[in-house]
Amino acid sequence: MKLKITAAVFLLLLVSFIYSACGRRPSIIVASKRFTESYVLGEIAKRMLENQGLNVEHRQGMGGGGIVWTALQTGQITLYPEYTGTVREEILKLKGDAGPDRMRAELAKEGVGMTGELGFDNTYALVMRREQADRLGVRKISDLRGHPDLIVRPSPEFLQRQDGWEPLSRRYDLAMRDVRGVDHALGYTALANGKIDVMDAYSTDAQIAEFDLVVLEDDLKFFPQYKAVFLYRLDIPPEALKALNLLVGTISEEKMIRLNAEAERTKDYTKAAALYFEESPKTAGKSDESLAWNIARWTFRHLELVSISMLLAIAAGLPLGIRASRPGFAGQLILGAAGVIQTIPSIALLTMLIAVPFLGIGTATAIVALFLYSLLPIVRNTAAGLQDIPGSLRESAEVLGLEPRARLIKIYLPMASRAILAGIKTSTIINVGTATLAAFIGGGGLGEPIVSGLALNDTSTVLKGAIPSAVLALLVQFAFNGLDRLLIPKGLRLTESK
Amino acid sequence: MILFRDVSKKYDSLTALAPTDLEIESGKTTALIGSSGCGKSTVLRLIVGLIEPTTGTIEIDGHSVTPAAILDIRRRIGYVIQDGGLFPHLTAEENAGLMWRYLKRPRTEMRLRLEELCDLTRFPVGGLARYPAELSGGQRQRVSLMRALMLDPQVLLLDEPLGALDPLVRAGLQTDLKTIFQQLGKTVVLVTHDMAEAGYLADAIVLMREGRIIQKGTLGDLRDRPADAFVSEFISAQRSLVAI
Ligand SMILES: Nc1ncnc2c1ncn2[C@@H]1O[C@H](COP(=O)(O)OP(=O)(O)OP(=O)(O)O)[C@@H](O)[C@H]1O
Ligand SMILES: [Mg+2]
Repeated sequence: MKLKITAAVFLLLLVSFIYSACGRRPSIIVASKRFTESYVLGEIAKRMLENQGLNVEHRQGMGGGGIVWTALQTGQITLYPEYTGTVREEILKLKGDAGPDRMRAELAKEGVGMTGELGFDNTYALVMRREQADRLGVRKISDLRGHPDLIVRPSPEFLQRQDGWEPLSRRYDLAMRDVRGVDHALGYTALANGKIDVMDAYSTDAQIAEFDLVVLEDDLKFFPQYKAVFLYRLDIPPEALKALNLLVGTISEEKMIRLNAEAERTKDYTKAAALYFEESPKTAGKSDESLAWNIARWTFRHLELVSISMLLAIAAGLPLGIRASRPGFAGQLILGAAGVIQTIPSIALLTMLIAVPFLGIGTATAIVALFLYSLLPIVRNTAAGLQDIPGSLRESAEVLGLEPRARLIKIYLPMASRAILAGIKTSTIINVGTATLAAFIGGGGLGEPIVSGLALNDTSTVLKGAIPSAVLALLVQFAFNGLDRLLIPKGLRLTESK
Repeated sequence: MILFRDVSKKYDSLTALAPTDLEIESGKTTALIGSSGCGKSTVLRLIVGLIEPTTGTIEIDGHSVTPAAILDIRRRIGYVIQDGGLFPHLTAEENAGLMWRYLKRPRTEMRLRLEELCDLTRFPVGGLARYPAELSGGQRQRVSLMRALMLDPQVLLLDEPLGALDPLVRAGLQTDLKTIFQQLGKTVVLVTHDMAEAGYLADAIVLMREGRIIQKGTLGDLRDRPADAFVSEFISAQRSLVAI
């Protein structure tokens, strides 16, 4: 009976998930990376294409560069804003002198095209507080040689890049002692507060003006040019490409800084996009939606992610746990594998998963990742709960003449129910927290405001996601306490209370 | 009749039971007695197929104990262990009626059978709805006995069924067991440490030492015609019997 209900709920969720995943898929998917300018450019492209009557979805703030490129390559998105320097150095790994024609030829091999330059150069730069730079007399990057004790906090991406921190400090012969990665949006706050001294920035960042920072002169001409372009799939509908090309040459550096500043000021990049079209921000869809409605939408999506991945994790975790409870190599292997999955950093796992063609960017990948992270507590607790059953009771069950399956269902699993439920509870609570990461790959949920709030350096937006997800975790805790009474047999609760 | 032909059991280098021939009579009560670790439980485990013999064959009423036949054989055997082996998540009634329900026998008859067994084991019908945690040790053993007798088995195996009880409860249950054994006339194999209990309840006593049967006979046989010095030693170690 209980089994039938679970199966019915499971089926219902699966059907609704497939429906929502397949239903009205937009013909064009614009993606953007996790920083303000990328959001704004993505939104501008979206509206430009929509103005041509196309059906467009904007997957905002997807994780680091690799994720978006993989998504474009595998056809899960149609286009996204990129910079020529990144295309050359990171994506194509070409030498610094390769021109646009060479890049287009290489990109075409991957089924990808590149628009003309949008009009501004957003190169990397190192920035410091003006007051400190003046005091120390640092004007150029080579001046840093005399100050190896400054605290340097580049973004993790900049630390890894071929045109990033390592090659830069070799070229300039720097020997900075304290260098570690920090999230780009957080870095600005830390820099403004004097917690750090040097970070990387983009030359069009609105914060440069806002926090009164200086851009250190690239006196050895280390940084390549980072002209903004759009990368698109060559199979893009022609009318979409035509619309996209209308953007070429229309955004100067001053204009981009202004748009970025507007996004930072209003904490709403749709308004910044509207500014580009010099329309009233009123028509900018999303900002009209009330906060309550937004939170409800995020929460519902969040619950969808959590419940589907949990149902899958329970469906797979119980049998695996049962198998792992038996002595032997296979059991060790199962527990070991579930443990290893747990140690993979979430972003790495997501990046690995989106490369799987069947999964791609979005909901499916988020659910698979959450499913994998939820397995360990369920498997381990199921195995431990079963192993804890005293040998004499196992013998009693066997001697009665019950078949092995009946022993498991009628005797062993109910006796282990407390441990199993505890495992599911732990899993669910972790899952509610981890599900916020789904936003990195366009999976939605309460992570959406967290991710865009971080990119906009806007704490109140972050809290719009963080508070509901904390409340949700508490509610899950309460719900499970109720479930304990319902699902753990009374006889066991009596034994426990003695 | 339970028949052991050249049956032995080894765990790696440890011999739990040396090659043994044994005949346990139908309708009688046989007690297995001996020091801790001498192989008494091993004999019971072999009968119900919890472990397989290293050598030899076992037959119960002409049917060999084989893995293929084991489920059927177990359903015709009742088994009671020291702490009862009741499942904590099931009530007394659910414990006793577990196999009845599993085999989908008629529910109405189950109630009658339970009441009959409550009568036989002197367990209050009102206690059937309780969980093991809500029963006393003696009551738990009575429920365990009910569960063992539920399907009316031909053979009843009891592994120190009274071992964990205090002397008064124990004496009460001994009396009740004797009545039950006489009334039912089943083949009973009883493991005990207590020679007096064996003498009181059993028709035949099998004395074991280090995986071997030293002597089989009535209490009188063992007392008056001990097979070797160990037998007399074992009997004289039981103070109450020396005083007789
Ligand atoms: N699974 C096992 N693995 C290894 N040795 C075992 C195992 N089960 C029992 N033995 C050994 O076999 C021997 C006989 O055990 P058995 O349980 O039959 O003793 P017993 O006569 O019932 O003792 P007690 O009166 O203490 O219950 C003991 O030495 C015991 O340690
Ligand atoms: Mg024993």
